[in-house]
Order: sequence, then structure tokens, then C-alpha cells
Amino acid sequence: MLAYYFDLALRSLRRNPVLTGLMVLAIALGIGASMTTLTVLHVLSGDPLPRRSAHIYYPQIDPRDMNGYQPGGEPADQVTWIDGMNLLHAHRADRQALMTGGSVPIQPTQANLDPFYADARYTTTDFFPMFGVPFEYGTAWTTSDDENRARVAVISRTLNDKLFGGKDSLGKTINVNDADLRIVGVLDAWRPDPHFYDLYQGTYGENEDVFVPLSTSRDLRLAHNGSTDCWGKGAPSQDKLEQAPCTWLQFWVQLDTPAQAAAYKQFLVHYSQEQKTLGRFQRPPNVRLRDVMQWLGFKKVVPGDVRLQAWLAFGFLLVCLVNTVGLMLAKFLRRSGEIGVRRALGAARRAVFEQLLVEAGLVGLAGGIGGLLLAQLGLWLVRRQPADYAKLAHLDPLMLLITFALAIGASLLAGLLPAWRACHVAPALQLKGN
Amino acid sequence: MDILPILSTLRRHKVTATLIVLEIALTCAIVCNAVFLINQRLHRMDMQSGVAMHELVQVQVSTIGSQPDARARTQEDLAALRQVPGVQAATLVSQVPFTNSSWNSSIELAPTQTQPTLNATLYFGEDVPQVFGSRLVVGRYFGADEYVDFEVASNNPKAIPQSSLIVIITRALAERLWPGENPLGKTIYLGDSTPLRVVGVVASLIRPSLFGGDNTAQWSMILPLRMAVGQGASYVLRTAPANRRRVIYAAVAALKKLDPKRVVTQQRTLDDVRAEFFQGDRAMTGLLVGVIVALLLVTGLGIVGLASFWVSQRRRTIGVRRALGATRADILHYFQTENFLLATMGIAIGMALAYGINLFLMLHYELPRMPWLYFPVGAIALWLIGQLAVLGPALRASNVPPVVATRSV
Repeated sequence: MLAYYFDLALRSLRRNPVLTGLMVLAIALGIGASMTTLTVLHVLSGDPLPRRSAHIYYPQIDPRDMNGYQPGGEPADQVTWIDGMNLLHAHRADRQALMTGGSVPIQPTQANLDPFYADARYTTTDFFPMFGVPFEYGTAWTTSDDENRARVAVISRTLNDKLFGGKDSLGKTINVNDADLRIVGVLDAWRPDPHFYDLYQGTYGENEDVFVPLSTSRDLRLAHNGSTDCWGKGAPSQDKLEQAPCTWLQFWVQLDTPAQAAAYKQFLVHYSQEQKTLGRFQRPPNVRLRDVMQWLGFKKVVPGDVRLQAWLAFGFLLVCLVNTVGLMLAKFLRRSGEIGVRRALGAARRAVFEQLLVEAGLVGLAGGIGGLLLAQLGLWLVRRQPADYAKLAHLDPLMLLITFALAIGASLLAGLLPAWRACHVAPALQLKGN
Repeated sequence: MDILPILSTLRRHKVTATLIVLEIALTCAIVCNAVFLINQRLHRMDMQSGVAMHELVQVQVSTIGSQPDARARTQEDLAALRQVPGVQAATLVSQVPFTNSSWNSSIELAPTQTQPTLNATLYFGEDVPQVFGSRLVVGRYFGADEYVDFEVASNNPKAIPQSSLIVIITRALAERLWPGENPLGKTIYLGDSTPLRVVGVVASLIRPSLFGGDNTAQWSMILPLRMAVGQGASYVLRTAPANRRRVIYAAVAALKKLDPKRVVTQQRTLDDVRAEFFQGDRAMTGLLVGVIVALLLVTGLGIVGLASFWVSQRRRTIGVRRALGATRADILHYFQTENFLLATMGIAIGMALAYGINLFLMLHYELPRMPWLYFPVGAIALWLIGQLAVLGPALRASNVPPVVATRSV
């Protein structure tokens, strides 16, 4: 029966190519615009660490003085050197890493390469296993490397390709800010988006190329980039950041169970109390323990413009749908005579209704294909934008499926009212009219 | 033209009429808001910088390893840069407008204040307002003997002599701190309670990063601190607009000659920096224009489709009217008036909807209230589109011959 309806629908659609074309175009435009913006939104609000993110937390404490204090306010976004080191050495979490970002000059030994700057991350060894960073060669540095300010580095695959032609470079050295660091690991392709662990380095930016132990970076006076927030008599000279009342480091922990997370939050409160008793903290304990997705939500990483574009596209889709409802109504009612004959010959109302819906679904399918092409065009246009997230805009299989579901669903929805009206055409009246 | 018969016909086609009205209303509401958004973005991109935008270039260099005598290096660099043909002025400044990277401090009006009054940007560097081309409104620029080295000041704030605890602020900041008063001689306190006496006011100088919102864009101060290379500082050179590219090239060459080991991290005109800063707004504007065009197109085509359907449905009636003496013009006007009525109803609902969407955007996107001026924009656009779309079908209707009335089908 469905095949027969399908055939009928095709014939009917072919009879009014202009009207059919208008409907398909309207749906295609609406779907194309919606899917373009929805894909961008989907990509930007994605999970940077699938399967892991729920266990990775960002502890926040409030070490600032009473100047500007407001009860119920948010604690500091980052931690000071002293607090970061205290929390790191407390080892209260399954894994923990203290880190900050920077930019370092690299002098290649190859004569054909000029010195250049690369983004760097200064961190502690747990960074790699905690975030599940894949290695192509070698491994992370060790805890004793962290303690001994060892001259070691882990480099990205991109940098390994650039400097060593992608070959195993373990044991070779890389000259960073006039110091030779021994390469202990080369990362495999890894790019978490958003760049969740340090949002001050560009939310959707490329990953760092050089990873150096935090202690080593301080020893070598590697410049720190990102936000430095100071209070009191803060003198943010790069060399004296360890003692300065400034927050400039990110601290991440891994806590595998909710019970551990609750216990860790308690630990943060106790720590704050203890520091207040010692006179280091002035504010009452104020802690947060957000997991990766909560942290990204709190920091509102998805650009407001992208949301606005999605709203706009759905408004557009709505107009396109209303338009399609109107056109379908016109199309179905124009065939009142034919429907009247079919009804008089014994077709059930339900059968007519089904047949008309098949026709609507077919329009949706055609609109979906058109919409998909338009979405690909739209995403291509997005990728040509200079924004840092632009390159990520690609349709994945899930979005592909949603495109068709949305197109067919929308056109069926648009077909409901017209089909309902058409199948309630009184057969006798139509026959008489003819 | 009598509209009563039209209304009674429309009442018999409630569903179709409602759909057209609804579509026009939605389009009208979105178009009003989109035009408003476009205007907001255009206005933002036109933001005043307070600097001689077309005459400035930025060159930033970084030294590999530690820089032994940063101060001497800087003086040597500046001397070389001033020798570059075409360079009118040169300085090393802590930050450059529109680069999204800035030094900021909270400000208080009394040292005992516990809640800061506001947060403002600090510019450091020799002769910053002069090189930038920020016009002095009242007071004076800093004297050559008033500058203190940034390194000295940040390592030991107490070493700053009393005569150097002075500041130049923007007019917007002065108005915000002391509305209607003369700011000269008044004192502000930085977050660490350092008192600074206002000695000059410039017309405008934008903050490099607008994290505090666009209405705080002009909250900038200039301190008499001499920068040395490093700490993210950049050389800023002033030149005639036509010489900018040549000056950048020559400046980089001059700096490289002094120390070939350095890496040039930035070399660009301020116009380029500004264009990059507003790229998001530009893209959004383009997108909004696209959406408006697409919406009007879809709505227009929808009206064409429905009007054609109506005309074909009413061929008999039209024929009868023609046979009874109605002229072609009468039929044409009938459909035009009908469309005008539908459009008017749609526009009326669309206005209310537009207002609602604006309220929603105000709540979620910190947009201001839409001035009433925008409402007629959508109205006129839709009336025009409606009339344009209905013209074809209406002309076809007016061409229906009276003889149709005599045919049975």
C-alpha cells in the first residue's frame, strides 16, 4: 500500500512542479540554516574529554583579601603558587596537576629553520594520564623530574613533524629559551575542544606544542601567559610570581566517585579554614568543585553570537514551515475533486490522510537532501571565517541523522493540518461541483 | 475600493488567511530585530578608539633567553626606529588598542574604600598619548623627568617619587568618577592604595580588551612608567598612512640588525588589529543580512504560491464579476487590497512579536531596548514584498476573460 501511496505522491508532486519546488526550497532553506547553526553549536558545546570529563574537577578557593569582598560571590578563577603547591602535595585526589600556559622561543638546530615561538604548557606529571593524553613515542616525565626541575620536555606531534620529520625523537634535545631540554615524550594527535584546562589561551585554540615541568619552567624563567589576578600590594613581576598575592595557575584533579568528590570539597573547606587561621586567607571559606562540563558552562565558553545564530535559524525554519503549511494546504485542497472521487469510491478517510502524509514526507525528504547540501555550503562558509572555532565546523553522522529527522518531521508536521482538512472534504459536494 | 466583500471572502478562507498573516507576522518580527541587531553591530564596529588609527603600526619583538640590559636595549632600539625614514614618532608601550591583552587595576576614590569604584586599564610607556595621537582636553602631558622605570616601580613601589605619582585619564573616566567636576588635581587610588594625582585628561583612549562590556570601553589611564622590552610590550610607530607597510618592513629590518637573535612576534598596522578585533561583528552582520534576504524571499514566494492558488480557485467568481461589469483594474485592485489587508494584520501582530523577541534578547544578550524607529522598517519591507509578490497572480486574475462565467467547469 505504501508503495502505491508513494507512486501517487510522486505523480501528484510532478503535476505542480512550481508549487512542489517552492515547498522543497522552503524546507531546504530552513533546514540548511538550522543545521548549519546547530552543528556549530553542537561542536562548540561538545565534551572535550568524552567518558572522562565527569571525573575531572576544577577546585576553586578564595585566597583574596577583604577588598572587594561580597558575601556569596564566586571564588577566584585560578590559584596562587602557594595554594597550588599545597593542594598538589596534599595528594587528596586520585590524580592532580598544577599548570599554567606560556609562549617559548625555540631555536631549531637545523640551519633552514628560523627561531620561532611556540605555545607551551608548564605542568606536573599527572596532566598526561589524568586527561588521557595519547603518546606516539615515550611517556610523561616522572614525579622526580617535577621535583628536580629536570631539563625535560614533551612535544606535540606537530612540532615533532616540524623539527624531526616525524621520526622518533626520544632522547634528542630541543632548545627552549636558550636551554636544552631532553625530549622524553612525543604526543599523538590530541586536541580537546574547547581548550578546557586553560580558557585564557583561546577557547578553541590549537593545543600547546611544548610541555615542560612547571618547576623547570620557573627555573628557566619561561614567560607565563594568560590571566594574572593580583590584590593587595601585588607586584606582578614575572620572576616573583611564587610569592606574589596573585592567582595565575590552574589546578585540576581527578576524583573517580561522587563520594570522593564530596570528600574533596570538604577538604577544600578545611584547607581554607586552616589558611584563614594561619592568617594567609582573610575571607571566609568559599570553595567550588565543578567538573569539566560544569566549568565550561560556568565560564560560558560557547560564544553568545553562536547561540543567537541558532535562535535566528530556528526562527527562519519556523517561517519556512508556516510557509510550507500554507502551500501544502493549497496543493491538497486544489485536489478536493480527486479526493472527493476517491472517498465516494470507498476510500476511508484514514487512507486518504495517510496518502497525503506520504506526500508531505516525500517533500520533507527532498527538502532534507536540499537542506543537507545547503548545510554543507553553510558550514563551508563558517570554516572560511577567521574565528578560532571555525575549523571545527563539520557535520558528524549524528548531525546528519538529525538533519533528515528534522526535515521529515518538520514536513510531516507541516502536512498534518492540510491533510486533515483535505480528508474532511465532503465527497458529495465535490462530486456535485464537478 | 470596498473592503467589506474582501473581508467576507477572507472569512471563508480562514485557515489559509491565518497562515499568511502568521508568516508575515513572524517575518516582520524577525526582520525588525535583525535590522536592529545589524545596526547595533555597525555602531559597535564604528567604536571610537581615540588614537590615530590609520597612522600607527605595531612591532613586537622577543628576545630568546634573558635580556641582560633591557633598558639600554630599548633605548638603542627606539633610537634606531626613530631613524627609519617616514617614522614620525616611536615608543614602547605596554599594550596596544584592540589586542585583547591588557593591564588593569581596580580604582578607589578613597584609600579606606573596601569596594572598588570600578576597574580601568593602565597604559605604560613614554609619550603614549602623543605617539597614539590622543587629544589632550585639559591639563598637560607628562614631563620627561617624571618618568620612572617600570621594573623599578613594580619591584619597589615605595621608590616612586611623589612627583611621579601622577596619571592622565580619559574624559569618559573623569566623567564617571567625578561627574560635572574638574578632575585636575583630584586623586584616585589603585587597588593597592597607591595614590595618583590627575594631571591631564585626553578626549578618548580605548581599552585593549573590552571584558568589562562596551560601556566601559573608554575607562583608560596612562601612567608615567617607562617600559623595557619584554613583559608583552610593543613598539608603536607613527607614520603617514601611505608609508605604513614600508615603515613596518624597515623597522623590523632595523631591529633585526641590532640583535639578529630576536624573534618578531607581531608586525602589523593598527587598522589590521582593529579589523581582526571586530571580525565577529562583521561576520554576524553579513549573516543577519543573509537571513533578512532569505526570509523576505521565502515569505514573498509563499505569498506568490498562495495567491496563485486563490486566483485559480476563484476563476469562476472572477469571470462572473467581469461579466457583471467589473473592469480588469477592479480585479487587480481587489487582490492587491486583499494582500494589503493581510499584510497589515500580519504586521500588527509582528510588531507585538518583535517587541517580545526584543525583550527576550535584552534578557539574554544584554541588548538595549529597540527604538520604535525600527518597527516601521519591518512594516514597510513586508508591505512592499506583499505587493510585489501578489502582482503576478493578481495580473493573471485580471486577465481571466468574462466568458469563464458561462462555462460549467
